[in-house]
Amino acid sequence: MTGQAEERRTLNLNMGPQHPATHGVLRVELELEGESVVKATPHIGYLHTGIEKTGESKLYYKVIPMTDRMDYLAPMSNNLGYCLAVEKLLGIQVPEKVKYARVCLTELTRLKSHLVWVGTHPFDLGAMSMGLYAFRERESIIDVYEAVAGQRMMSTYFRIGGLAEDLPGNFDKVVKKAISDIRQGLIDYNRLLTDNKIFRNRTIGVAKISAEDAINCGLTGPSLRACGVNYDVRKANPYTGYENFDFEIPLGQNGDVYDRYLVRMEEMRQSLRIVEQALDGMPEGPYRAHVPGVVLPPKEDVLSKMESLIFHFKIITEGFRPPRGAVYQAIESPKGELGFFISSDGTGKPHRMRVRPPSFVNLSALPKLIEGALVADVVAAIGSIDIVLGEVDR
Amino acid sequence: MVDTGGVMEDKVREFLENNFADAVIRTEIFRNQLSVYIRKEYLFDICQALLHDEALGFKFLSDICSLDWLGQSEEAEGRFEVIYNLFSLKYRYRFFIRVKLAGENPEIDSLTPLWNTADWLEREVYDLMGITFSGHPDLRKIVTPDDLEGHPLRKDFPLTYETPQFSHNKTEPPEVII
Repeated sequence: MTGQAEERRTLNLNMGPQHPATHGVLRVELELEGESVVKATPHIGYLHTGIEKTGESKLYYKVIPMTDRMDYLAPMSNNLGYCLAVEKLLGIQVPEKVKYARVCLTELTRLKSHLVWVGTHPFDLGAMSMGLYAFRERESIIDVYEAVAGQRMMSTYFRIGGLAEDLPGNFDKVVKKAISDIRQGLIDYNRLLTDNKIFRNRTIGVAKISAEDAINCGLTGPSLRACGVNYDVRKANPYTGYENFDFEIPLGQNGDVYDRYLVRMEEMRQSLRIVEQALDGMPEGPYRAHVPGVVLPPKEDVLSKMESLIFHFKIITEGFRPPRGAVYQAIESPKGELGFFISSDGTGKPHRMRVRPPSFVNLSALPKLIEGALVADVVAAIGSIDIVLGEVDR
Repeated sequence: MVDTGGVMEDKVREFLENNFADAVIRTEIFRNQLSVYIRKEYLFDICQALLHDEALGFKFLSDICSLDWLGQSEEAEGRFEVIYNLFSLKYRYRFFIRVKLAGENPEIDSLTPLWNTADWLEREVYDLMGITFSGHPDLRKIVTPDDLEGHPLRKDFPLTYETPQFSHNKTEPPEVII
């Protein structure tokens, strides 16, 4: 016995950027004492593409394809956020049919994003088969994307003031198939995971955060609602007609990984309800607003009327000029509150296009979630906050 | 409890009027959203008071964003602008605190003692716009590579496009698109 305290020794471990459980190129620098994490420092930026900077050099409508590539698991949510922000800036209203189609498709997008999560998150924890099942059901939503936009992943289907083109004739059919596939899938996942002893042991009480801390860390989306905080932009500040739909916001109690799982699973069921309502209530009418000089005129008119041809030509080449000012529009993306802040200086290009990325802010809470936990729980924590690195880095 | 403007807007104005009458330069409403321009010395105190005021409930710092007004008429008041996006979870109400900063060595107080959210958001503004946040515990670059010089979101940072070099254009400078 020397009487001296034993020297405290820590080990530095780099997790990522190529670690499969970091869901992209995220590097977390972990300082370990034995098996437990003393300090965690996330390093990001590997996917930085300068979308905000590039946005300032493009006409308003040319920014839409770039938004797809931020959260590439939920392209339509990003399109919607951007289009709504520009519509707010311009002060234009869209037809009812557009609202219903947008709600229907963004809820399918939420399902698509959550399905990837329900596939990969249990996969990280050892439930290998979940990945295959969830991606099988996701395929039916990709078919809907293909039917409406012709593209399976980067749809770019929403436009400022409407949709790229009318909904296809088989829209009902493909959406109904997706609904029934996913409904069956959810029953299977539930049976596989919810009462699974291994899954419960790996998730209950892991990466816990209190409601107060979650708000202070800026968590949004299912991660915040798992702590019992009732904040969902769809209910809090309804947009694109969400006030006309009947759905509930699932809440958790403990704010741990298991509650985040339960909240997302219930959200998927609620999304299915919304999709069904949107499909049943889909009104007839135009698929674009009538705003000459801002929204493209119908193609038939372009081919037969000179004014429409001129407007079409001018919108494509010069764009439109919104008034000076700045707006912020938030939507509930699958990951949380996705906001677009657009500042206009009266020219055809945005003066500043700021994205408030939910993944970025949620990821900044990661050290709080995992400090003091075990190395194996880091994987569970990263999976449970559901980040997409394309959106974190932009 | 959903507020569509009006009532909460008046409450925020009243709160600032009563407690920080000197701090507010002007207020502005655009598309139903309230922006309050304040003097930069008061930022921390105002945010602290708003955070701890239970009646208003601004517990949530949604976003921090920055603007560069280089070459615009707004530049007269200060080239840079930092915009704090505050949200009241209780009343579902959002408003913006906007602070103008000078073009030379822009600096402002950090809000990290109040909100954890401010940590990464301020680092991002620092990295991309070059605004220093005094009091931030760990002000490092966050998204751009370590060896990149300059701040990409500034208007004088070019969105460079380099043309392939051949013998006929070897001496020409790279094409610059802003």
